Amino acid sequence: MTKQPTARNDLLLMAVFTLAILTMPIWAAPFGAGYPDLLQKFAIYGLFAVGFNILFGLTGYLSFGHAAFLGVGSYTAVWSFKLLSMNVIPAVIFGMMTSGLFALLIGYVSLRRSGIYFSILTLAFAQMSYNLAYSVLTPITNGETGLQLAIGDARILDNMFASEAATAIPATNLFGIEMSGYPGFYFCAALLIIGFYIALRITRSPLGTILKAIKSNQNRMNYTGLNTRPYTLTAFVISGMYAGLAGCLLAVTDPLAGAERMQWTASGEVVLMTILGGVGTLLGPVLGAGIIKYFENIFSSYNDQVLHGIFAFLPDPIENVLVAITGLFVGDGWHLTLGALFMVIVIFLPGGVIEGFTRLYSWVRAKVKQDAGGNSVNNGKSQPQSAE
Amino acid sequence: MTDKPFSKSILTRRSMLKGAAGVTAGAGALLLNGTAPMTFTRDAWAAQFRNDPGNNPTVKFGFNVPQTGPYADEGADELRAYLLAVKHLNGEGDGGMLNTMKPLSLKGNGILGKKVDFVTGDTQTKSDAARASAKRMIEKDGVTMFSGGSSSGVAIAVQSLAQEMGVVFMCGLTHSNDTTGKDRRRYGFRHFFNAYQSGAALGPVLKDEMGTERRAYHLTADYTWGWSQEESIKNTTEGLGWETVNTVKTPVGAGDFSQYITPVLNSGADVLILNHYGKDMVNSLTQAVQFGLRDKQVNGKNFEIVVPLFSRLMAQGAGDNIKGILGSTNWNWTLQDEGSKAFVKSFGQEYGFPPSQAAHTCYVQTLLYANACEMAGTFYPPEVIKALEGFNFDGMGNGPTLYRAEDHQCIKDVLVVRGNANPSSQFDLLEVVQQVPRSQVDFSPTLFGGELGPYEV
Repeated sequence: MTKQPTARNDLLLMAVFTLAILTMPIWAAPFGAGYPDLLQKFAIYGLFAVGFNILFGLTGYLSFGHAAFLGVGSYTAVWSFKLLSMNVIPAVIFGMMTSGLFALLIGYVSLRRSGIYFSILTLAFAQMSYNLAYSVLTPITNGETGLQLAIGDARILDNMFASEAATAIPATNLFGIEMSGYPGFYFCAALLIIGFYIALRITRSPLGTILKAIKSNQNRMNYTGLNTRPYTLTAFVISGMYAGLAGCLLAVTDPLAGAERMQWTASGEVVLMTILGGVGTLLGPVLGAGIIKYFENIFSSYNDQVLHGIFAFLPDPIENVLVAITGLFVGDGWHLTLGALFMVIVIFLPGGVIEGFTRLYSWVRAKVKQDAGGNSVNNGKSQPQSAE
Repeated sequence: MTDKPFSKSILTRRSMLKGAAGVTAGAGALLLNGTAPMTFTRDAWAAQFRNDPGNNPTVKFGFNVPQTGPYADEGADELRAYLLAVKHLNGEGDGGMLNTMKPLSLKGNGILGKKVDFVTGDTQTKSDAARASAKRMIEKDGVTMFSGGSSSGVAIAVQSLAQEMGVVFMCGLTHSNDTTGKDRRRYGFRHFFNAYQSGAALGPVLKDEMGTERRAYHLTADYTWGWSQEESIKNTTEGLGWETVNTVKTPVGAGDFSQYITPVLNSGADVLILNHYGKDMVNSLTQAVQFGLRDKQVNGKNFEIVVPLFSRLMAQGAGDNIKGILGSTNWNWTLQDEGSKAFVKSFGQEYGFPPSQAAHTCYVQTLLYANACEMAGTFYPPEVIKALEGFNFDGMGNGPTLYRAEDHQCIKDVLVVRGNANPSSQFDLLEVVQQVPRSQVDFSPTLFGGELGPYEV
């Protein structure tokens, strides 16, 4: 923990991160993940997790209701498409504004408590929002069916300039660039990079220091005369706006908003992502989001036929046994694999995947130094440190 | 309805964008496969479209069914039917309905000489997950058609995706009026019947069996299908002179319905209408029977339960509780026409038990799409769609059937069924009360509004 983050290191981190995100279509292809929809999901849920981490990793408040903001963002974006314009800019702006407003309200109430009580309060609010969206506010949310676009929507701004009535539902666009496929991914990726940079700046700022102090001992902060609530509320709102932005982007790449986005399982998912990747680290949540979305989309698509294809080189009886066993963990059993992976990580790598990388890195470095014959001080058992 | 696929401004801007998208996609495919995508076909009109199988020896279908959630049983049976359809299309097995379908363009050697390949996905009975899964099929696996679904909410969500993406979606089991009503799409087709037709078919039978002075209580699955079925059945029964006491919405996948059933006992209703499907219906019906509703006498009449949309799989789940209960269904395996017999025989040989109505509609849909491609002589979606629109066919288990061009709804006979009191086997659970002729359940395509949208996307 001795290494202080320097401006140079941060710049390097940003450069590597930017490059990795922008070249994702190339390096994700060999894993079977190089198609726009999944890449968009990586970027969007990465952004969601980065924002969640500001609250959970940095400030130490575990919110179990973040999906509510995701849903609010989605609904706002779709309404912006329906009423104003198919351009994504107003959708993103309004989505972030409403989710920020929601976060302010929910945060103002929930942050009066901390620890498990805070978690339960946020969970209750999220479940309330879900039920509102699901059955009470059906005129606004269209219930279980989900809010969708229609040919006859108002689209006031668009129709001011349109010469004739639309014969089809127009696509979401950024000044004419359609937001499906790869352009959609690059739009999400750009926002992820900006969001990541802002999260980095927050972490390094005096605000970030106070948030970290709140995480380590809030009572002491209060005794020194500092009122922590404005700071926690700020973190909560920022984090809620990230979630709202992620929700907007879900609607931007696929103009539909459903209530299931607000369900507690969706809130739980982002907690899993953050823990899986590494709580409190900057890169961890993005990695965790990628892993979970990959499992959800790729592992769930393996069926027995695909497995037979993979094991075709083996003799038939062995092939059948292997297919029968692995079949339990893929297809509709992908949750099982994810659960097992989660347990392994939590037991052996409490710091998430990032801790795994750090350990691997220090082990390799020690190995190299040993091989070089130097009497290195570092004997390979260096403390696991969170990568920054 | 006005079709203006070639309005000038749209053509220039959109085609520019499409070109760009095509280049990107092409580059992506090049990276993935190391081969250039084939964009040249023999037909002049088939310039370029998404997931053109081109010169590939195979054409790929996507089967997107619920493998988890309240409709998982239906999903599993749908998947079996799809696999069987692929087998028959490729000329394996006994051919099933390919022997009985009229008119038939397919030759039993795949489609247009290409073997059929497929990928599968899990919709989780959630719109989001279903769309993600469908997008994977379209963007990654390159399917030319996808099919599936056991929930109208999902079907509607996925159908609008089909329109955006320009890939044909053949609906599986979806019963909501909205699917081919207000949410109809040019790229979506439904073979299954709808809630309106259930009402029209059930009405006269309900009148005969229960009279005209009844008080009905609805429990309704809270989404598009439940709403539209409730509305249709309510209109029918109120037309008979029945009174509607109350309509209560229940969440999908609720599991425990006791809190919804208790109020029925004291409501003064003498008919309970369960607008539930899948495991929800199994649970709500079982609990209603356990609460002793069917042994009750209300207003001097026997208390009755009606399940407007019935299926054999649900009957199997509900066990003895379904005996004597009325409902409607799209198809039942005990039908004795040539098509049904051929399908039940090959399905039974493959899996050892008879198919459900969900399996039937999915099987038929796959065959119909394949046949339309063969008829059109291309996989180019607008031509395939035109081949399906207004297509008259027979020998697929429902008598003479029309794929209506105006709303992409199949118009065919509907079955009114009753839970079999003395089943001769564990599958003989529904007895057909009446095969309601197509003319009685026909309706105007403009009844529910909606617009199909353009052929070219």
